Amino acid sequence: MRDVSFGQYYPSFSAVHKLNPAIKILLSIAYIVAVFLVQPFYFLGFLACFTYIVLVTAVAKLPFFRVIKSIRAILFFVVLSAVIQVFVNKTGSPLWEGGFIYTGGLISAAYIVLRISMIVLGASLLTLTTSPVELADGIEFLLYPLKLIKFPVHEFALIMSIALRFIPTLLDETDRIIKAQKARGADFESKNLFKRAKAMIPVLIPLLISSFRRADELADAMDSRCYSGSKNRTKYKKLTFGWGDLIAALFTAGLIVGVVFLNGVYGVTV
Amino acid sequence: MRIEVKDLRFSYGGTKKRKTEKYALDGVSLTIEEGEFFGIIGQTGSGKSTFVQHLNGLIPLKEGMGEIKVGNYDLSDKRVNLKELRSKVGMVFQYPEYQLFAETVEEDVAFGVKNFFPEKSAEEIKDVVKTAIELVGLDYPALKDKSPFELSGGQKRRVAIAGVIASRPEVLVLDEPAAGLDPQGKKDFLELLERLHKDFVRTVVIVSHDMDLVAEYCDGAAVFKDGKIIKRGTTEEVFADRECIFKSGLDLPVVEYLKEKLAEKGEKIACGTKISEFLDAVTQRWGGKT
Repeated sequence: MRDVSFGQYYPSFSAVHKLNPAIKILLSIAYIVAVFLVQPFYFLGFLACFTYIVLVTAVAKLPFFRVIKSIRAILFFVVLSAVIQVFVNKTGSPLWEGGFIYTGGLISAAYIVLRISMIVLGASLLTLTTSPVELADGIEFLLYPLKLIKFPVHEFALIMSIALRFIPTLLDETDRIIKAQKARGADFESKNLFKRAKAMIPVLIPLLISSFRRADELADAMDSRCYSGSKNRTKYKKLTFGWGDLIAALFTAGLIVGVVFLNGVYGVTV
Repeated sequence: MRIEVKDLRFSYGGTKKRKTEKYALDGVSLTIEEGEFFGIIGQTGSGKSTFVQHLNGLIPLKEGMGEIKVGNYDLSDKRVNLKELRSKVGMVFQYPEYQLFAETVEEDVAFGVKNFFPEKSAEEIKDVVKTAIELVGLDYPALKDKSPFELSGGQKRRVAIAGVIASRPEVLVLDEPAAGLDPQGKKDFLELLERLHKDFVRTVVIVSHDMDLVAEYCDGAAVFKDGKIIKRGTTEEVFADRECIFKSGLDLPVVEYLKEKLAEKGEKIACGTKISEFLDAVTQRWGGKT
């Protein structure tokens, strides 16, 4: 349980790490838009996206394999959608005489695989270079306009930060409870899926109870330090906008323009 | 059952070899004889808990990282029956009340027995559970159908212990058993342990920071420091080695301090580390008069 890492933040001192998290979130969305702008089947657009990823990875001083590894998490999903495309899509010409695999299927499978992979690579760049707390800060900033309709933005952000903060604590606790129940003969390695799910009850109930206990204690601790949230509260780390943010925004805008341009250049037709 | 550990090493870093690798346990050898009430002391992070979790295979023994034998169970053997071993070596973690989960006290105590002995009938299990709950000094008819979450802290801890001893272990390992109890609760609880040791579990191993507790109840003790055992002996021998105790960031039990003070006044009192022994010795010396 100890080696379960949540998120995948890769700490380092790079220009990308230092960007304003709110900007980073917006730019990630812009990047995903760029990926979606790639028309079927103008593969050069994906090449542009990939170049973007490689450049950002280099500036962020991330090991490239860490970025690529993030695809592994959705590998099953990617393979499944590719297989479905290959067998269902019957456009174009059959690969061989009377065959059931068509060129159209292969090309659209490649298109879908590339599209999903590019999105995941972009999203993982965000989580690799932004710590969970920064992410929460960024989201709070972006949700700010919702204050106008009386949405409790600050409280919402606080809930997020607390949830993130307690993940390692709860993992430790889970580890301990699992050990305690194992010592009482609980079997978590049963091949029978139903049995294994049932074996989790003695872990989940104590975990739930201790989370409530912790929540109470935390609320008391916050109360005793006169925490009241929202109004006139200053921040320890203020979000600032710098030249880096501007350059990153321009760079991403360049990607979108590039993708739109490449859409007219050369495409595969079926 | 005799516990025999030879040259045990363990690192939390996994199997990857690194030059700077630090061992949580670095060559620990320790034998605990059957029938001992044994104390394991040491600072936080000295490897005590890691060590005891090896004894029932909760932390698996890796190849080439030493030997562990508990009774007839050889933990370096891949085919060792862990379930059977865990029924023989009961383990009580710090704050055991946090592992309670069932709807009633009776069900919670029966959890271990049902896991270890699925062949037992409902009647037999009920019997075993009743014995265990009574052994820890709780009122079986009054509590059996209560939710464990309604009980007081001390009662919860007793229920948790009952859940471990219900499967009749031959060795009982407790990690900081008295943490978080009030003085009276602590005393009652430790007396319970002593009673259990006398007529129920043969061997008791306690991990603790509390020197008075170890001095009072344990026959033998081992001092852990940085993943190594730096002293092993009877409690008297261990606490007599002042240099070792202070070097490992520990303290002396009250009795040792009293003996020291008396020695300064020129009164040598020869006795063990238990408070009762000390009182006896003092009474003998001064004949009950002050």
